[in-house]
Amino acid sequence: MNDSKIGAAKGSGKGKRRNDLILILVLLILSGTLFLVRTLSRPSGKMVVVHVDGETQGTYPLETDVRVEIPSGEQGDHLNVLVIRDGKASMEQADCPDLICVQHAPISLEDDTIVCLPNKVVVSIE
Amino acid sequence: MKSTRKIVLLGLMAAAALIFSYLEALLPPLVAGLPGIKMGLPNIVIIVTLYMFGVKEAAAVSLVRLLLSSFMFGNLVTLTYSLAGAVLSLTVMAFLKKLDAFSQVGVSVAGGVTHNIGQILVAVLILQTPQIAYYLLVLTVSGTVAGLLIGLAGSYVLKYLSRVLP
Repeated sequence: MNDSKIGAAKGSGKGKRRNDLILILVLLILSGTLFLVRTLSRPSGKMVVVHVDGETQGTYPLETDVRVEIPSGEQGDHLNVLVIRDGKASMEQADCPDLICVQHAPISLEDDTIVCLPNKVVVSIE
Repeated sequence: MKSTRKIVLLGLMAAAALIFSYLEALLPPLVAGLPGIKMGLPNIVIIVTLYMFGVKEAAAVSLVRLLLSSFMFGNLVTLTYSLAGAVLSLTVMAFLKKLDAFSQVGVSVAGGVTHNIGQILVAVLILQTPQIAYYLLVLTVSGTVAGLLIGLAGSYVLKYLSRVLP
């Protein structure tokens, strides 16, 4: 069905630019709509679950303010600090090189995650 | 193209890609609160190499850039993720270029989006947390916009280089 369109576009600059535009619009509309639907339809979570290297290390209620130190690494020599405050969880501190987890906005909705790739720490809301 | 000339040009490409990696590492996060959103500046060079030379050459420049930048401004853990993104992205870009249905801009957009998909796939596998995949919705929007800008930049560079380098 699409073959004729693609075939017609072959080698022609205009057709290619039209295909570019279709690709861009499809990607933006599809992911944008799904993102909005998901964000608007998701309930707030109740628990904060901490995984290190695929294993559950602890579960904390979202309503209680707390500061949790999460050791990781083979010798437990790496550290992330999780903070739960005002019903939101965020990574306050980390010793990873990129600090991407610390830059992440506080999370509170179901299935939200904060990931620290270098330390293999995942904080998710359930 | 004579082989000495080709080696010199590919070396220059690798150096340019490495400088773009360095620049990108210096930049602050582009969108506050949503980490992992990047322009993908080195992909300008990969696109140019893909169109000027071919898939093999683009893969070589990409690999050299990845290894050097991981050693210099990253670490071995992030190398795994970058490698997955780079392999998937270059494979898709090479396929779409061969298909000849998109301009460099469309090819670059597909490259930007699939780069993110590759990284997230590896993250889901390594961390055993499927919820991470939801982040792809954010990264697909950013990857499309970044790919569009990078593709435009790449096509201008290609236009000028084809005049300068016979």
